[in-house]
Amino acid sequence: MTTIAELPPGFADKVLSAQSTFRSVMDAMARPGSVQPIVPMAGAPDTMMRGTAAIALTLFDHDTPLWLDARMADSSDVLKWLKFHTGAPVIQDSSIAAFALISDGVLLPALERFALGTNEYPDRSTTVIIQVDSLGTGRSFELRGPGIDGVATLQASIRPFDLFERLRVNETLFPRGIDVVLVADDAVVAIPRTTRVVSKGV
Amino acid sequence: MNAPAYNFAYLDEQTKRMIRRAILKAIAIPGYQVPFASREMPMPYGWGTGGVQVTAAILGPQDVLKVIDQGSDDTTNAISIRKFFAKTAGVATTTSTDEATVIQTRHRIPETSLHANQVLVYQVPIPEPLRFLEPRETETRRMHALAEYGLMHVKLYEDIARFGHIATAYAYPVKVNARYVMDPSPTPKFDNPKMDNCPALQLFGAGREKRIYAIPPYTQVVSLDFEDHPFEPYRFNAPCALCGAENSYLDEIVTDDKGSRMFVCSDTDYCEGRQAAGHHGAQSAAPYKDKAQEASNG
Repeated sequence: MTTIAELPPGFADKVLSAQSTFRSVMDAMARPGSVQPIVPMAGAPDTMMRGTAAIALTLFDHDTPLWLDARMADSSDVLKWLKFHTGAPVIQDSSIAAFALISDGVLLPALERFALGTNEYPDRSTTVIIQVDSLGTGRSFELRGPGIDGVATLQASIRPFDLFERLRVNETLFPRGIDVVLVADDAVVAIPRTTRVVSKGV
Repeated sequence: MNAPAYNFAYLDEQTKRMIRRAILKAIAIPGYQVPFASREMPMPYGWGTGGVQVTAAILGPQDVLKVIDQGSDDTTNAISIRKFFAKTAGVATTTSTDEATVIQTRHRIPETSLHANQVLVYQVPIPEPLRFLEPRETETRRMHALAEYGLMHVKLYEDIARFGHIATAYAYPVKVNARYVMDPSPTPKFDNPKMDNCPALQLFGAGREKRIYAIPPYTQVVSLDFEDHPFEPYRFNAPCALCGAENSYLDEIVTDDKGSRMFVCSDTDYCEGRQAAGHHGAQSAAPYKDKAQEASNG
């Protein structure tokens, strides 16, 4: 049994670390495709990257139902850490989740299973946080949309490989849709529902 | 006791998290008004409680804050809010548009072009552009859901039928990213073109009405108009009396009780910057006049 003393720590400075993490995520969301650094100032449980842990500590609380992929949901370290540091209720029904944590993209369920919002309240949708191998090397993707001056190029190794094809559902759903945050260690990239992604090959 | 009485930037962390989540959704859905649990702030509604909450949620110790009210850094509202954050967050403040990283504004967009590392936070009194046309929230929400904006065009058309031109001079409705019609807050329509394709992130906070919305950088913002009555930014036809600027938005200042008036830049930082750079208008303050005279005598 893990006692609280054995849990990886939260932010050393809750206020300022949450602020700097939020600004990185906000800049990422405002400039899709740009890689924003997160200064990792917290511990992270097994299967959770430092960036993911920082985002969890910054945005999750008792108001945000949280859905975990199978690997995270099976890890009692993750559950205890999230419960102790954020208090976010972990739920089984992904369609009412405010956030979803995906430790490995291959475990990403069909996007329709998340909350897509309604036409009246498109903001009531799930923000899906996906841990990926790398943001900086890998396949090239061309991104267009609000927040991007012309075209942005993102290099990333992402699983699932067809993530951006799957996200094309956002085109027809808008203003409903799924917002995605990609995390690789301490780097973060956001793909909000307005971003259109074209693969540029290898 | 030296313990600070307030959390950094006044708001508690749970409130900041709630506002931050609303900001992220607002950026993801440009122009859509995200409801949020607006808190009571230590200032009355109408003084910028929405903008202050947004600023408090994004502000960090490394930020440089500028606050303007109708373009001016020197009015009561601007000074109060600037001091509020200097006190509760200990951030550096400035009046220079260029140096600021966060600019909170009431009803103007600075004349100096904004750059990519800046966030412009608007104080918004009434976020719903359709509110005066349709008072029921359930109906305006459905109109936004269906992108049913005919009523707004009818309103603009009625302006033309009555006055011969679109008489809306401020809070001129815009369409963001070809989807949501949005109220740009009561900025003069002169400022509307600055919102289009702006390199800075624009965030809007309405405290009393409990809404946050956003325009991401480099996003298309179009002022509504008609083919035969295109949108035209309005400006008094005069140069600034202090700096001589021909392209800035002007305030009309009554100078005595005999009907004298002067037109000066509403953006004080822009006007002072131009004066310091040697530009002067018909009624420049003495130091610049003296210098000009010295130059012509010498």
